[in-house]
Amino acid sequence: MSGPATIDAPAPAARPDDIKAVPVRRPGRWVAAAVVLFLAVVVVHSVATNPRFGWGTVGHYLFSSRILHGLVLTIELTAIAMAGGILLGVLLAIMRLSPNPLVSSASWLYIWFFRGTPVLVQILFWSFIAALYPRISLGVPFGGPEFVHANANDFITPFVAAILALGLNEGAYMAEIVRAGIISVEEGQTEAASALGMTRLQTMRRIVLPQAMKVIIPPTGNETISMLKTSSLVSVVAISELLYSAQLIYAVNFRQIPLLLTVSIWYLAITSLLSIGQFYVERHYGRGSSRGRQATWFERLRRNLAIRHARVDGAGRPS
Amino acid sequence: MVLAEGVHKSFGRLEVLKGISLEVRPSEVLCLLGPSGSGKSTFLRCINHLESIDAGRLYVDGELVGYRQAGDKLHELHDAEVARKRAEIGMVFQRFNLFPHMTALENVMEAPVRVKKRPREQVRATARELLERVGVADKERVYPAQLSGGQQQRVAIARALAMEPKLMLFDEPTSALDPELVGEVLDVMRALAGAGMTMIVVTHEIGFAREVGDTVAFMDAGVVVETGVPREVFAAPRHERTRAFLSKVL
Repeated sequence: MSGPATIDAPAPAARPDDIKAVPVRRPGRWVAAAVVLFLAVVVVHSVATNPRFGWGTVGHYLFSSRILHGLVLTIELTAIAMAGGILLGVLLAIMRLSPNPLVSSASWLYIWFFRGTPVLVQILFWSFIAALYPRISLGVPFGGPEFVHANANDFITPFVAAILALGLNEGAYMAEIVRAGIISVEEGQTEAASALGMTRLQTMRRIVLPQAMKVIIPPTGNETISMLKTSSLVSVVAISELLYSAQLIYAVNFRQIPLLLTVSIWYLAITSLLSIGQFYVERHYGRGSSRGRQATWFERLRRNLAIRHARVDGAGRPS
Repeated sequence: MVLAEGVHKSFGRLEVLKGISLEVRPSEVLCLLGPSGSGKSTFLRCINHLESIDAGRLYVDGELVGYRQAGDKLHELHDAEVARKRAEIGMVFQRFNLFPHMTALENVMEAPVRVKKRPREQVRATARELLERVGVADKERVYPAQLSGGQQQRVAIARALAMEPKLMLFDEPTSALDPELVGEVLDVMRALAGAGMTMIVVTHEIGFAREVGDTVAFMDAGVVVETGVPREVFAAPRHERTRAFLSKVL
């Protein structure tokens, strides 16, 4: 396209000196920083010197076997209920988008019911299910033969009831999250896949869901963290998860505050771990995005330090 | 290869195709021209059944599109059957529609591996050849977002070719490109036509239609107003509306 150059491009002028200016004074920032620092000192001092926090007791119980037992149960509850909730959510979301009106309204009805009643009520409801159906059986309904049957109280233990309540409730929320993800994928993607001869299932699995993940992951991480804490509600049906384990201990020794602190420390620790996990999952599904690969926290730290170094050296502009 | 007889299509109360009759023979390149909203893209999408037609008959390779005839009754084809037929027709979109979570090479390999169930290694080799043929061999590990529009469209053409289609449909393939990138995509299409591919191209590139098209059809308001050999249609349009359109774009 470009013919032989007949006019030389103008030679670039020498680069002028870098600007060196006196920075604006911002006294407001110094005042604000001083106030924040003062308040922080007050809080830390009070926490450290008030003996009623009972940090010794916290240290004593933090790794005690009963608390650790409760922690494991809390993690189990969270993991199983979330896994069930996600599977159910994907199924409900696909049902909700089905062209069959009966299928999509069934999904709508489910979501309406399980989002519309408090999860605490659902937990209690499932723990009393034996009052509603004393016998649970698998077979042909309306008087047909039965293959398996069990006493509801044997089959639905408090733990199973808790899993059912948390998982079925989570499914309703996950359904809306997954649906939002699916409809966020451009229609052209489905068309391109169809034009290549891919079936609806292949298109959903290979093209739509992987792209929907970018939208689905952040709120799912949120839901997981929320589930970790919501699982403490099942303490009302006497499952010795983290909170109930602590309650059992302070029912005897009356050291409520230190034990609640112990529990809080564990919830915070697991939440922090989950946040880190979420970051890496998000990074995996963000591949191909124009914003490029997200830097890890460690990489960012290293880069910041490098810039600080360049400034301190006075070598000029940070790269 | 493609035969349309009185094809009608409405979206709600808006009739976009009002009786389209056309024929495209094997290895022929048909260019569809006309103003926006004249039904060119809709007609193209009917050919691989992305839209179903309301009246008339549409055949690809002698077989009805989207239906099966038994006696004097038409039966809708099952989804799997429609998918199988679409696999034989390549389509290139105005907005490329590459899969953004896959590299260029993965985009090209996806359908042969999943739809045709070909072995991965064999597909990889042909996919590389195709990327080389469209001139983006060095970009096989790159994600679409890092490619220019022209490169994306060329990968999209390679992706369609990977299914070894007997017919290629192009829906305004250069309309979303910067002017300086149009040429590289048209070059690929020109080479494809030269290799004997049957093509239907919806385009605003008059130069391309004149040079590469065996036939041009001018559409307006849901009907084919004029069809013929490009040189004759462009030099001496018989219809008033063709003349008005050409005077604006030439």
